[in-house]
Amino acid sequence: MSAPYEEATEGTVYTVSGNDWTELIETLSGQQDEKLVINMGPQHPSTHGVLRLILNLDGETVTEARTVIGYLHTGIEKNMEFRTWTQGTTFVTRMDYLAPIFNETAYCMGVEKLLGITDRIPERAQAIRVMMMELTRISSHMVAIGTFGMELGATTPFLFGAREREMVLDVMEYITGLRMNMAYVRPGGVSVDLPAGAVDKVGELLKVMPGRIEDLRKMLDANPVYLARTKDVAYLDLTGCMALGVTGPMLRAAGLPWDLRKSQPYCGYETYEFDVPTEKTGDVYGRYLVRMAEMEESLKIIEQALDRLSGPLKGGRVMVDDKKIGWPAQLALGPDGMGNSPDHIAHIMSGSMEALIHHFKLVTEGFRVPAGQAYASVESPRGELGAHVVSDGGTRPYRVHFRDPSFTNLQSMPATCEGGMVADVISAVASIDPVMGGVDR
Amino acid sequence: MADLPMPTVRPTAGPASPSAPRPMRFILNWGRRYSLWVFNFGLACCAIEFVATSMSRHDFIRFGVVPFADGPRRADLMIVSGTVTDKMAPAVKRLYERMPDPKYVISFGACSNSGGPYWDSYCVTKGVDQIIPVDVYVPGCPPRPEALLHGIMTLQEKIAAQHPEDRRA
Ligand code: SF4
Repeated sequence: MSAPYEEATEGTVYTVSGNDWTELIETLSGQQDEKLVINMGPQHPSTHGVLRLILNLDGETVTEARTVIGYLHTGIEKNMEFRTWTQGTTFVTRMDYLAPIFNETAYCMGVEKLLGITDRIPERAQAIRVMMMELTRISSHMVAIGTFGMELGATTPFLFGAREREMVLDVMEYITGLRMNMAYVRPGGVSVDLPAGAVDKVGELLKVMPGRIEDLRKMLDANPVYLARTKDVAYLDLTGCMALGVTGPMLRAAGLPWDLRKSQPYCGYETYEFDVPTEKTGDVYGRYLVRMAEMEESLKIIEQALDRLSGPLKGGRVMVDDKKIGWPAQLALGPDGMGNSPDHIAHIMSGSMEALIHHFKLVTEGFRVPAGQAYASVESPRGELGAHVVSDGGTRPYRVHFRDPSFTNLQSMPATCEGGMVADVISAVASIDPVMGGVDR
Repeated sequence: MADLPMPTVRPTAGPASPSAPRPMRFILNWGRRYSLWVFNFGLACCAIEFVATSMSRHDFIRFGVVPFADGPRRADLMIVSGTVTDKMAPAVKRLYERMPDPKYVISFGACSNSGGPYWDSYCVTKGVDQIIPVDVYVPGCPPRPEALLHGIMTLQEKIAAQHPEDRRA
């Protein structure tokens, strides 16, 4: 590795010897302290993606912890200003990539508020959204618990978590055509109705999943090694959570049953029966327990949504009944992937000139959204995910800003880590479960 | 990325390697092919699919690809999965240069191939091949785990056909 490369990539390179270093080392060598500054990341297997941590250590104790973010800043919010409102969903889905449906729903709810069509979203679409969101919650928590185990050095929880996640992803793929980043929820409803057999597939998942969650619980709940690494680690009490704006499992593990699904219901959550699990401990173990219990609650909600989808809401619309807004085509799976359904193509190409014009206008230009601003929020697996949507009356957003729970929760990292052991930093960060795509956007 | 020059010096795998006899080359390539220790440069959504490929169902360890390299110095293959931002690019290049020869790179996903959905973003590097040489590109956003398996097999074929003198095929 020659010096000119280094200079090109990193600026001037200093070698740790000679000149002032010799002096520095001489002055320090007499002292008896073990102060260390450690840089962790941005590419580190235990920092949950591209998070960078700067830790000041005194021996094994962390005296100061700081985060450096921005390594995954992709400019999603800015890019959206150059796309139509519908195209925006393909960007927001890539923010918090472990919970794509939540991003889409928050964004679409914001757009719908501006359009004033919140009450006209078909109930079937709402029930599908609820079902998909809860499925996503399970897959997201599975990854959270799995990576947590992995970061503490245990591979088995992750193998379990990945297996369960694959099951959920299979269902997702069956319904939306994609495993991740599906852009399934659209302003006005969802992009495509459940395909035939989807209800059965979800039903199968509902049968298998409780046993799988039970397996994880058996492995971890009373595991002495796991307890030693999680109990009373990274403690943050309710006051601390409130001061830092922490939401989600972290807040509920500190004892406050704050869940937007209950406190500000959306998508018809008020009509579902479920509990909000809480713990009193405020430590890593409490957050784990809350996540596990939430998955079990999610299963209940999915079951209820499924009953409605296969019962009273069978065969309903999944897109708002407004031809100026609702995407005209039902999608269908063709030989080259998802696309417009052949029926729709036949209709616009040889059936109705008006339909062709509508399709053309909607696809190329998009719909107009009345000027104004709206805020919509959903309870994502990590906490309150809000979308602040601003329109100047055009076919493209004027500004869309997201309140991402990973970002807000991450600021509790110093509060939970400082004064603890360096090994506990890993548990603390993993229990916050930040997704850097959501933090940096 | 004007300040990041492409590598100009190409080290060889030893001075005597051009005259290595054929069976020797075969054995060398055979060894390299099936013991690819991966340095996972997981950056964004694609990293999740990378992890899914390494885990329970798809399990690329059966191809001799081991995702537990302790760091770039102990890795043969770098899989860049996810969005390379301008802030991250120097780190990508730096860690690539820390890897010992012979080394290979798989670019996994639209973002690291070309910028992907962020092709017009102000802060995304439009393709990791602008800063490091790439052997195999896997398209998709995110690509399916099967696509990564195919990418790995393509790379293995490439290695099998490689002359040991070449640093990269
Ligand atoms: S290619 Fe797509 S899935 Fe992969 S990192 Fe980029 S946006 Fe995410």
